[in-house]
Amino acid sequence: MFSYTLFIILLPLVSFLILGIAGKWLSHKTAGWIGTLSLAAVAALSYYAAYEYFFVVGRDALTGAFERQVPFDFTWLPFFDQGLHFNMGILLDPISVMMLIVISTVSLMVHIYSFGYMKGERGFQRYYAFLSLFTMSMLGLVVATNIFQMYLFWELVGVSSYLLIGFYYTLPAAIAASKKAFIVTRFADLFFLIGILIYGFYTGSFGFVFDTPEGLQSYASAGFILPLALTLMFIGGAGKSAMFPLHIWLPDAMEGPTPVSALIHAATMVVAGVFQVARLFPLWVTYAQDWMPVIIWVGVFTAFYAAAVACAQSDIKRVLAFSTISQIAFMMVALGVCTELQTGHEHHGSVGYMASMFHLFTHAMFKACLFLGAGCIIHAVHSNEMAAMGGLRKYLPITHITFLISCLAISGIPFFSGFSSKDEIITACMSYSPAVGWIMTGIAAMTAFYMFRLYYGIFWGTENKELHAAHHPHETKIMTMPLIVLSIITVGVGVYTTLAGFGMFEGYSFGSLISADNIDYRIHFDMSVASCSTVIAIISIALATYIFKGEKQPVAEKMKAALPNLHRWAYKRFYMDEVYQFVTHKIIFARVSKPIAWFDRHVIDGFFNFLAWGTNAASNGIKGLQSGRVQQYAFVYLVGTILLILLLMLF
Amino acid sequence: MNITIEHFLLLSALMLGAGMYGFFTRRNTLAILISIELILNAADLNFAAFNRLCDTAGLEGYLFTLFSIAISAAETAIAIAVMINIYRMLKSNLVDELDNLKW
Amino acid sequence: MNFLSLFVLIPLVMLLGLWLAKGVKAVRGVMVVGSTALLALATYLTIDFLAQRAAGNNAEMLYQAAFTWFEPLKISYRVGVDGISVAMLLLSAIIVFTGTFASWRLNPNLKDYFLWFTLLSMGVFGFFISIDMFMMFMFYEIALIPMYLLIGVWGSGQKEYAAMKLTLMLMGGSAFLMIGIFGIFYGAGAETMNILDIANHTGGAHPIEFAQQCIWFPLTFIGFGVLGALFPFHTWSPDGHASAPTAVSMLHAGVLMKLGGYGCFRIAIFLMPEAANELNWIFLILTGISVVYGAMSACVQTDLKYINAYSSVSHCGLVLFGILMLTTTSTVGAILQMLSHGLMTALFFALIGMIYGRTHTRDVNKMTGLMQIMPFLSVCFVIAGLANLGLPGLSGFVAEMSIFVGSFQNADTFHRVLTITATCSIVVAAVYILRMVGRMLYGVCTDEHHKKLTDATWEERFAVICLIISIAGIGLAPAWISNLISDSVAPIIESVKSVGPLISSCNPFM
Repeated sequence: MFSYTLFIILLPLVSFLILGIAGKWLSHKTAGWIGTLSLAAVAALSYYAAYEYFFVVGRDALTGAFERQVPFDFTWLPFFDQGLHFNMGILLDPISVMMLIVISTVSLMVHIYSFGYMKGERGFQRYYAFLSLFTMSMLGLVVATNIFQMYLFWELVGVSSYLLIGFYYTLPAAIAASKKAFIVTRFADLFFLIGILIYGFYTGSFGFVFDTPEGLQSYASAGFILPLALTLMFIGGAGKSAMFPLHIWLPDAMEGPTPVSALIHAATMVVAGVFQVARLFPLWVTYAQDWMPVIIWVGVFTAFYAAAVACAQSDIKRVLAFSTISQIAFMMVALGVCTELQTGHEHHGSVGYMASMFHLFTHAMFKACLFLGAGCIIHAVHSNEMAAMGGLRKYLPITHITFLISCLAISGIPFFSGFSSKDEIITACMSYSPAVGWIMTGIAAMTAFYMFRLYYGIFWGTENKELHAAHHPHETKIMTMPLIVLSIITVGVGVYTTLAGFGMFEGYSFGSLISADNIDYRIHFDMSVASCSTVIAIISIALATYIFKGEKQPVAEKMKAALPNLHRWAYKRFYMDEVYQFVTHKIIFARVSKPIAWFDRHVIDGFFNFLAWGTNAASNGIKGLQSGRVQQYAFVYLVGTILLILLLMLF
Repeated sequence: MNITIEHFLLLSALMLGAGMYGFFTRRNTLAILISIELILNAADLNFAAFNRLCDTAGLEGYLFTLFSIAISAAETAIAIAVMINIYRMLKSNLVDELDNLKW
Repeated sequence: MNFLSLFVLIPLVMLLGLWLAKGVKAVRGVMVVGSTALLALATYLTIDFLAQRAAGNNAEMLYQAAFTWFEPLKISYRVGVDGISVAMLLLSAIIVFTGTFASWRLNPNLKDYFLWFTLLSMGVFGFFISIDMFMMFMFYEIALIPMYLLIGVWGSGQKEYAAMKLTLMLMGGSAFLMIGIFGIFYGAGAETMNILDIANHTGGAHPIEFAQQCIWFPLTFIGFGVLGALFPFHTWSPDGHASAPTAVSMLHAGVLMKLGGYGCFRIAIFLMPEAANELNWIFLILTGISVVYGAMSACVQTDLKYINAYSSVSHCGLVLFGILMLTTTSTVGAILQMLSHGLMTALFFALIGMIYGRTHTRDVNKMTGLMQIMPFLSVCFVIAGLANLGLPGLSGFVAEMSIFVGSFQNADTFHRVLTITATCSIVVAAVYILRMVGRMLYGVCTDEHHKKLTDATWEERFAVICLIISIAGIGLAPAWISNLISDSVAPIIESVKSVGPLISSCNPFM
């Protein structure tokens, strides 16, 4: 029934191969069309798959849940012990179907947008080839039938991210950033791999679900092993999803082309970690409840840290990057506070899972919109720095409106999509522990503050008139179209879910499709949480308006002056990069690698050279005996004879 | 004064000693050759002396001496030919300088 | 006449042809025809082998043939192949084929060069088809000697030093090996040199006593291990590779180093299972060190060939590591790693040679922005790099994952710690590969001389593309080759494991 889903993965692969191999003989336009059309087909197939999955196949009559569908599953690489095998296949369940929609939508938007953004760039074909590669890998990741397949595509998205960050390979910053991104995530993947190995060994399978009782027993008997494996895998996810302290690559990854940042480093790849935890969620909840606070506190700290840093950055893409980190941390926290699988209104413990996925969905849309908007702005003013902007609302009206919509969404204003999802997250946190709930509310307030700081810094505030006179900032249709689509989704989802959440009508809402145990869950806002967070968000926005809207910003200057150290620390991202720099260069390279290389050259090699030298020296030492001088031989002969005679005479 | 076998033996021992000393110590190839001749002649003298004084009936000692003289003459001829060639090529006939084929 | 012997005969005919050939064109012609024939033969062998296996021919070695060569020592010319050798023969044929194209324009004395090159490949092929210990040893030596001349005459840099060092160290290894082989021969009753007979205790061979095994196992393992870059006997590898000409580096790292791993498995472990169980911990530690140590050393090198040579130390360490873990999966992984490392190192050395031939420097710091100047070579270099760091879809990933999964089957702390240590190499690999790629290929070219350089010629492109296709072929569809190998590995590992528990009594770490 779902056999066509294979094409969802194959089409981008084919387009990657065509563009990668034949790219240099294709014109920019043809290459772009090949990429975009294949993606359009993928998007269409994904929508159709979603429609069929949710509405044609629908719920299982008995359990009332959406069943897993596995149209493909074959052994890709056999292992020969314990019946382990490395399978490849396609698994459809609510979250993977949702991810298919998110990825194909955002990717399609980015493909279209890039026609304008990348116009005339050298390596246009290569760019589209890499985009196809990335899309293929990401789609493969979300439909993985087992943890190893996920790891395989996980590495592939890593490498496509590397290639795309380093797209401008002549810029030193891009080279460094791509390298950093790959190595940091690779480091995290090491833990992921070890987690997989442990998981595979103790459960006898790499699959996600164990329907057999034996499998479950081996879990239970494994004691701390399974939680350990899950936590190691979480570290892998934390690397990909830029959780503190593995977040350092994401801000630098902004060196890549902006549409890439929108696709990979905001909407899809960076949520892979969240997706992974969600995918393994039944295991977490059942066997590793005690370890889930790790997820929560890593998430909470990251959310706070990133929000604090975002308040002080001046590069608009960096602000968005830190905001992404913070929002992903929200999703992580939401998963962490989810304590049970059963869905139902008396079970608030299971809201977190749904909230996390919901936020993933809405965030992907509005953050992609923000990034693409940022791309329009950068395209217009040729700079990432806020100092080059200000007052752009006159020049970029569509960008302005869509950016504002997305800012409102991320801030959690009702009738925008972010409100519904963020509100559910905070509800879930509150029901887990009021402390976490209030902290997250506080961070949500910071989010509203820094997003509007950004908004006012770009579109209002002090205008850099000379620069704008020189550049004539303008926007093009092909680039604004995706913005409009994404903001329509944001508003549409927002209005619909807000109305449904306030109980205006009964109907499908996000929770109906995706919930912890795939059973219909109708979202109803907790009025106290909803009103409280809305009020706080509005206060933050008002504060940001007061500080940053005007031509002159006396309050902002005063704040900077009052807390110089705090501002500088936040601007320098609390020196995390320097810490890493120190560890890698001063400790690993200088204190480990260099000595090892020295040891190899001088001790080990020296030993073998010494052997050779020793042999040589010994032969030099005794070669005098074979001098070739007959006189010497005769003398030795004579002495020897005399000695022998003496010996014979004496004894 | 009656000349006995001891006188011959003493002389040949002196010649042998001188020859051996010369053989061990001289650096010049020609001198080495002369030393070898001395050693050989010491032996020849012994042969002749023993034949003359101890075994007057036989002639083996004289014959062997003559044979040895002939051999040493031939050997000297070859040796001197080699030496002359070496000297022409290397402008030296000192043994410790003739090490071109060594090591 | 057995068709396996063609693997030795074709190189012999090639040698004759090269001897008679006049002019560069004729030499190239002989090489192309010969290496194509070898590749075709290897492909045919693979297909036929798979067909035979599918038809239910479960003999341990297929296509056996023998005739006595030297009766007093029971040495016979005896050939036969199983899945492992088939895979290795295919690898060797691919490398010889591409190596021919990679040394297309070598100067001077192309003819002499190809003579030695062919002799070397004859040794390699002969080694893989032999199942007589002494024949294996003999072909091993045949493969070693030409190396000295190939590096010493056609090499670069400190070539005499490197050639001498390489030859002496490998010869030192083969001295150990020789003792080991005769030890095994006499230990098993001095009746047969046939590996299968000794392993199965047939043909007059009786089991080797445990005490004797404990002597011959380390000797043979070290003997082959030197060639497999076992720590601390690996130091010939960086110097040797750095000085060797391109195709020789390819053949050496690609195939010759595999002789080490293959021999360790085929002779040391297969014939002496008790000692393998008892003593593998020592070598596991050494290989574990190799893996991390090689990778760490590669991080701070500046010479391209040194980087790749140290990375080879790390990867070949993983081969021996997988074999020593003594599980089917890890051993299959190790053989896959031999294949994969052979192909990708050959690719790497080919590319380094091609780049060096143009820029005349191998210092990563002296090259920048080559991507703009030679896009084809640079893109292939990136692909080779990604294969080296284990990107899925290319062969390295498959091999490494099999090794790690297999190694993890040993559930004690000692093996676990080593496995986890070895997995760290995948991160370090990323560091040195990306460092190299970032410095050399990316950026803007500043060197005036480099700006005038040209991209690859047709025969270079051909060689590189062949290798990339093979790498991607294994990486994308690994199951068939993995099954081919496991068919032969599984019974051996079963029999090795059946003689004793894997927990060694003399291991102080357990």
